Amino acid sequence: MTTPTSDRWRFRVFTTDHRSLATLYLLLALAAVILGTLLSLAMRIHRIWPAYVFPLFGVPSPEQYLALVTMHGTLMVFFVLTVVPQSAFPNLVLPDQIGAARMALPRLNAAAFWISLISLLVLLAAFAVPQGAPISGWTSYPPLSAFAAAGPGQGTGMDLWLVSIALFCVAAMASSISFLATIFFRRAQGLRFSRLPLTVWSWIASSGLTVTAFIVLFAAAVMLLADRHLGTSFFLPAGEVINGIRQRSGTGSPMLWLHLFWFFGHPEVYISILPGMGLASSILANFTRRPVPAYGLMVGATLAIGFLGLGVWGHHIFVSGMNPYAGTAFGLTTIAIAVPSSAEVLTWLAMLFRGRMRLDTPMLFTLGFISFFIAGGLTGPVLAQPALDSYLHNTFFVVAHFHLVMAMAGVFTIFAGIYYWYPLLTGRRMNEMLGKLHFWVSVIAAYGTFFPMHYAGLAGEPRHYAQLTGPVESFASLIPVERGITWSALTLAAVQFVFLFNIFWSIRRGAPAGENPWSATTFEWLPNTHLITSSGPYDYGPGMETEASCPQGQPSSS
Amino acid sequence: MHWLPPNGALQGIALDHLLQRYLSIMFWLFIAAQVLILAAMFRRRSTRSSGAANRGQSTRVFLVAELLPLLAISGLYAWMIFTSHHLWAARREHAAGPQALQVEVTGVQFQWYFRYPGADGVYGTLHPDLVNAPAGNPLGLDPQDPHSADDVVSSILMLPADRPVNLSLRSQDVIHGFFIPGMRLKQDTIPGMPSHLTFTPAIAGDYPILCTQVCGLGHARMQARLRVLSQANYDRWLTAREQALHAAEATR
Repeated sequence: MTTPTSDRWRFRVFTTDHRSLATLYLLLALAAVILGTLLSLAMRIHRIWPAYVFPLFGVPSPEQYLALVTMHGTLMVFFVLTVVPQSAFPNLVLPDQIGAARMALPRLNAAAFWISLISLLVLLAAFAVPQGAPISGWTSYPPLSAFAAAGPGQGTGMDLWLVSIALFCVAAMASSISFLATIFFRRAQGLRFSRLPLTVWSWIASSGLTVTAFIVLFAAAVMLLADRHLGTSFFLPAGEVINGIRQRSGTGSPMLWLHLFWFFGHPEVYISILPGMGLASSILANFTRRPVPAYGLMVGATLAIGFLGLGVWGHHIFVSGMNPYAGTAFGLTTIAIAVPSSAEVLTWLAMLFRGRMRLDTPMLFTLGFISFFIAGGLTGPVLAQPALDSYLHNTFFVVAHFHLVMAMAGVFTIFAGIYYWYPLLTGRRMNEMLGKLHFWVSVIAAYGTFFPMHYAGLAGEPRHYAQLTGPVESFASLIPVERGITWSALTLAAVQFVFLFNIFWSIRRGAPAGENPWSATTFEWLPNTHLITSSGPYDYGPGMETEASCPQGQPSSS
Repeated sequence: MHWLPPNGALQGIALDHLLQRYLSIMFWLFIAAQVLILAAMFRRRSTRSSGAANRGQSTRVFLVAELLPLLAISGLYAWMIFTSHHLWAARREHAAGPQALQVEVTGVQFQWYFRYPGADGVYGTLHPDLVNAPAGNPLGLDPQDPHSADDVVSSILMLPADRPVNLSLRSQDVIHGFFIPGMRLKQDTIPGMPSHLTFTPAIAGDYPILCTQVCGLGHARMQARLRVLSQANYDRWLTAREQALHAAEATR
């Protein structure tokens, strides 16, 4: 039995206790994010100092550069931006937020962690096999990913990548099923759907997306493995010649992979950002001491984003040569999803001007999230136009777009969540001074890293290029921009040491947090006895400016 | 917009124009939103409880602060769809006319090949078993096919100015991304799925051709060149290539 007060909660490794699992997930994501960041720094350094000899490694070859790209993307998308918002955070607070003592299907939920860990280890093993990690990017388009002959890393490395992804799909679906079951069957008495915190609504949407999207990626990974080893040809075209050598000919098409992959790939964006959006709404309500206005609209927008998110995948493949009418249709659905997203942003902006804002670290990172979500989101409707995407596709403009709207926005909600929920695990708060330093340097360095990429993309610079040389003279003028990006990225990475130090230092030295350090209303901060509720999740309001708050639940008298 | 490389295509003018309009609107929306966030952070914390506002007032605030901007921004999105769909339809929904110059583009790790059908206007048959780049047949042209004899295969894309071009895109091995920044043109070449791309080069000059879809270790160096010439110069180049072909044929 878990309790929200830390003195009674003990971390265990082999357990079905959800908070212990959350801690394990956070450690797994920490390992992945450290490695993923190092890989990206290696790319940034190699781009501006191509002759730099990395200690213990040497100068990256072109294929090693592509392996860095592939592994960076895979680690970050799956093991950081999915694991934290969609595995660690729900384990941390979901049962408590709905007054459940534990997860429904706890063993399934626990198994999901161990499968995720195996998946990560299998992925990392790709670095150690002959020819190294795969080079086909995190999207692994066949035939490049179908034939070992297509490039170094496309043999064993590619197999390991596919096995790792298939395992990850199983883990993600297992935990999502557990979350959905918990939300539907374990709510406290009186906690109707209309009283759920927006984080829980987000997890309904993101878990629904997870089971819908990851099953398709799982199928695609299995089909590609079958193409590679069992003689099928789901993705293999006829007349395949690689390096002058005739390959096994098939009757399939790589287009099938593009559709299957992005049917997963786009919902994945919402899987990783929706929980953060729900958290942002909660934190804004808490730190302005005002309820979320238009709660129903926010729930509707969350569900609309989740639902529409299943129908926009084609905007990733506007330039694939698919039917132009399909391009028009996917452009329309993409613009349609921008409307509920804009509604959420406008609600957040409106929330900033009510009440008295407290600028504690969780709130700062939430504001940073809004800033990045807008910065990256505004280029979405531009890229959603097939005509314009046919210039911008796969340039650094797109890299800027998704690193702002998905990576930075997502990571900032992760930071917000860690600063906000840290007392649940440790009974202490993280240091505010260090937190503010971490925030301000991060936000400036992140803009310094990703904003200039718009400029490089408009100049036509493609992604995935290790060198900026060649017949393309215009790129030479980008070298100063590239240098600035690299220095910003190094700064952004360096300031994370402040965060890491703060996490470990505050375990023993942080200010004692007390029962409910943020005077929050939601269940996770209340002693976990049998709770009963008759109120909404954000009953902040007049008279709540001070520390007093009106908790959503009371211990039931029975 | 001076950030983009110089545009050399007829269709590129409208694209540049639209892109510039969208980006400037988005830029100012971005600035406005960031100013709002900063203003909220640094505004004087009023001690007056603004929450005392009555319900009617907060509904009005909600309408003004949220629904109107949402309507406005949805209108902006709708306007973007209408204006840019025009461009997409013009570029992709209509096949090139019969007067268009036909050129076939083949992506091969890590090289672009351009094939001109020659005087007969018909491409010779390709056969994957005949691919042999060291022997001078990188595309696998079938010598038995009479249409093959006058096919010119080039590693530079030569085009006359002001004439519509129909590019047939294909790939021999993996997916490549055919990208001519100066022509505002990009489309993947997918093995097993030939596709088409139409445009009209307008301004003579040299334009880089890049690969924008990861295709293997040489991806970053898979670059070629488009040269746009006057019709007369183009004819001269093609004739010279045809003559070289006949000369090679004669010595064989």
